[in-house]
Amino acid sequence: MFAYAGRRILATIPVMAIVALFVFSLLYIAPGDPAAIIAGDQATPADIERIRHNLGLERPFLIRFGEWSWNVIRGDLGTSIFTSLPVTALIAQRIEPTLSLMIVTLLLSIGIAVPLGVAAAWKVGTWIDSLVMGFAVLGFSVPVFVIAYLLAYVFALQLEWLPVQGYTPLANGVVPWFTNLILPSVALGTVYIALIARITRATMLEVLAQDYIKTAHAKGLSERGVLFVHALKNAAVPVVTVIGLGIALLIGGAVVTESVFVIPGLGRLTVDAILRRDYPVIQGIVLLFSFTYVLVNLGIDLAYMLLDPRIRY
Amino acid sequence: MTIRMDRRSLIKGVAGASVLAGAGGIAAPALSQGAAAKTLRFVPQANLANFDPIWGTQYVVRNAAALVWDTLYGVDEKLVPQRQMVESEQVSDDGLTWTFKLRPGLKFHDGTPVLAKDVVASLVRWSARDPMGLMLRGIQKELVAVDDSSWRWVLSRPYPKMLLALAKNNAPCSFIMPERIAQTDPFKQITEYVGSGPMRFVRDEWVPGARAVFAKFADYVPRQEKASWLAGGKQMLLDRIEWIIMPDAATASAALQNGEVDWWETPLPDLVPLLKKNRNINVDIADPLGNIGSFRMNTLFPPFDNVKVRRAVLMAMNQEDYMRALVGDDDALWKPLPGFFTPDTPLYNEEGGEILKMRNIEAAKKMLAEAGYKGEPVTCVVAQDQSITKGMGEVTAELLKKIGFNVDFVATDWGTTGTRRTSKSPPGQGGWNMFHTWHAGADCINPAAYTAIRANGEKAWFGWPDSPAVETEVTAWFDAKTLDEEKAAMKRLNKAALDYVVYAPTGFFLGYQAWRKNVSGVVKGPLPFAWGVSKAA
Repeated sequence: MFAYAGRRILATIPVMAIVALFVFSLLYIAPGDPAAIIAGDQATPADIERIRHNLGLERPFLIRFGEWSWNVIRGDLGTSIFTSLPVTALIAQRIEPTLSLMIVTLLLSIGIAVPLGVAAAWKVGTWIDSLVMGFAVLGFSVPVFVIAYLLAYVFALQLEWLPVQGYTPLANGVVPWFTNLILPSVALGTVYIALIARITRATMLEVLAQDYIKTAHAKGLSERGVLFVHALKNAAVPVVTVIGLGIALLIGGAVVTESVFVIPGLGRLTVDAILRRDYPVIQGIVLLFSFTYVLVNLGIDLAYMLLDPRIRY
Repeated sequence: MTIRMDRRSLIKGVAGASVLAGAGGIAAPALSQGAAAKTLRFVPQANLANFDPIWGTQYVVRNAAALVWDTLYGVDEKLVPQRQMVESEQVSDDGLTWTFKLRPGLKFHDGTPVLAKDVVASLVRWSARDPMGLMLRGIQKELVAVDDSSWRWVLSRPYPKMLLALAKNNAPCSFIMPERIAQTDPFKQITEYVGSGPMRFVRDEWVPGARAVFAKFADYVPRQEKASWLAGGKQMLLDRIEWIIMPDAATASAALQNGEVDWWETPLPDLVPLLKKNRNINVDIADPLGNIGSFRMNTLFPPFDNVKVRRAVLMAMNQEDYMRALVGDDDALWKPLPGFFTPDTPLYNEEGGEILKMRNIEAAKKMLAEAGYKGEPVTCVVAQDQSITKGMGEVTAELLKKIGFNVDFVATDWGTTGTRRTSKSPPGQGGWNMFHTWHAGADCINPAAYTAIRANGEKAWFGWPDSPAVETEVTAWFDAKTLDEEKAAMKRLNKAALDYVVYAPTGFFLGYQAWRKNVSGVVKGPLPFAWGVSKAA
C-alpha cells in the first residue's frame, strides 16, 4: 500500500505539470488585459502600454511560462498584479474560511445523506423512500444561490437565529465560528446531500438483494446489524467514490456560497482574480485546487483497500 | 399572466422580506457598546484590490485614499478649491512662479513631519499620471523645496488652473506621501501606505476582496473651518472604519437591515424602494454630480469614420430609453443630457444639443442613406457583467437595427472590453466599432480631467476622435481667467463636440446611498466622506 501511495504521489508531478501548462496557456490566449483594468477608465493607450510593460505582460509566452514554472518549483507562486501581495500570502489569508466551509459541509452532508440513503433503501417503495428521493431531486435541481437566499430569508431575517453574512475565525471561538458557517454549509451541502443520498440508496438496494444479506437475515441478525455491518460496508466503495468526486462540486459551489454569505475564502478570491485577469492568483489557486483534487482521489483509492480487502493495486 | 422568476426577482424577494423582519440580528462583532459605536462598518462600491491612488485610478481606491492621504487643496461642495495642507500661496505678477507654504504641525502616520521635500516628490509622481499634472509638467521649469515648509513651482507660461489641479477630486488626486514612498515609479505600485490623513490604514487587517480597516490617526491636525467635501476640517468622530466588501447586493441589503453593517455606498436601484420602507434606514442620493452614460464610435473605420453616420445615430437616440434601462421608473434618478457637461454645474450648457432632442428615426435613416452606408457590420462590444453597459448596449443595438445598421453584437465582459477597446485593428480583425461606458459626473464638470471629451486624434481616448475645433476650445478653457470666459469656451466646445460627435451621451443618472439611522453626518458628495460622521450606540 505504501509503495502504491508513493507511486501515486510521484505521478501527481506530471499531472500538475500538465495542469500548469494548460492553465497558463488558457490564460495567455484568454481575452482581457490587467493593465487596462489597472489603468482605469480615463487612462490613455500609452499609460496602459507602460503598465503592461512594467508588469512584463508583453514578453513572449515561453519566457513567462519558464520563469513562472521555475518559481513554482521553488514554492513561489508569484505576486498578485493588483495587490502586490505574494500569491501564497493571499491563499494563506483565505484558506481557513474555505477549508472550514468544506469540512463542515462535508461532515454535515455525509452525516445526513448516508442515513437518508440507507433509510430509503431499507424502506424502499414506502413514503420514506419517496420523501428522501423527492428531497434528492429537489436538492439536486435547485441552484445553490436560491437555497442560500431562502435560508438567509428564513433563518437570518425572519427568525433572526443566525447572521446573514460574514466569517469568524476559529481562533475567536468555536461557537461564533460554527454559527457563521451553518447557513453556508447547509446551502452548499444540499446538492451534495442529494447526490450522496441517491448513490447510497442505489448501492444499498443492490447490496440488499445479495444472497449473503439473505443469509445474514436467516442467521437471525438484527435489522440494524444487517444494514450497517453487512450492507453498508459493502456499499461503501461507490459511496466513497461519489464523496470524492463531489469535492469538485463543493469547490465550484464554494465560489457562489462565499459570495452570497460574504465569506473571505478562496472561492471569492478566484472570482475576483478572474474578473481582473490577475493571472498569478488564478494560476496559483487553480494549481492548489488541482493538487487538492489529485490528493483526494489518491485518498479515495487508498480507502478502497481499507473498505474492500479484495482490492489490491 | 406569467410569473417571472429570475435571479433579480429572487434578490428583491429576499431583500423585501427582510423589511418585514425588521432590525436586529446577532452578527454584530464582539465589541463593547462604546467601541461598537465608534466603529463604522461600511460597504464600499467595489473591492479595494490595490491601494496606490496614483498607480491605480479606480474610484474605490481614491475613496479609501482620501482617508489615509491628505491633499494640498480640496474642492468644497461649490467645486471651489480651498486650502487644506497648505497655509498660504503666492503667485508672481507674471503668473509664472508659485510659492507655497505648508501648515505647521502636519505629521505622517509614522510620526515624521510632513516636509516640503515630501510634497515635491509627491507632486512629481502625481504629475506623471494625471492629465492636469502632465500639462503642468509640459510647462514646468522648476519644482523645488525652498526650505522644510515651502516649495516653489516655476512655469514657462501661466497656468490659471493651478489650484484646481491640486484640489480636484478626480482620480488621481494629488495625495501627499513621504518622499521615500513618493519616489516609487508612478507606473509601479507602492507597498507602504503611510499618509498624513485623518485615518491610518491597518495593513495587517487588509484582506483584499473582503475587508479593509482604517483607524483614527491621533496626531492629525484638522483645519478649523467647517468641513465641506475635501475642504475644511476633517474631524474624525469615529475611531475605526471597517470596509466590508459585499459583492452580492441582496446580502448587503439584508446586512444593512439586520444592523450587521451601517452604511452601504451603492444600493442596487431595485432594492431602494424596500430599503426606504425600513424605519431604521435612511436612503438618499449619493453623489449629486452623478454619472454620464455614453457610447463611443470608432472614427478610424467605416462606417463611423463618416461624421454623417455618427450624427445619424445621435438623431435617432432617445435618452429616456437608455436611462429607463438603468434606473427603471425612478424619475429622481435621471435627466436628459443634450450636451457633455454635468448638469447643475457652472459650465453645463446645451449648445448644439438640438440633435439629441430630435429622436427622429426617419431623419436618421435619411441621413444614413445620404452618408452612403453600405451595410458593413457594426461591431458593438457590450460588457454583460456591468449592469450599466449591458442595459445601454441592448438599447443601442435595437436602435441601430431600427435605422438600418447591420449589427454584430459582441456580448463580453468588462475586462475583455477594456482590452478590446485599445485595439486599432479593423473591427473584423479584433477591433471594434462601438463600445459602451459611463463617466463620473465629477470628471465632466470641466475639461481638466475629462479625457473622454478630448479629440486630439492619436492621443485621444478610445475611438480616437480628431477635431481641431474641440481641442481649440479645451485650450481656451485652460487659458481662461474668468468664469465667463470659461463658460463661453465651453459653449463652443459643446457645439463642436456634438457636431463632430466625439461620443454619444446617453443621459445623466444618479445613484443612492443608504445608512442606518443611528449614523449621522452622512453628506452627498462625489465620495463617501467619513469626517463628521458619527454613530450612536
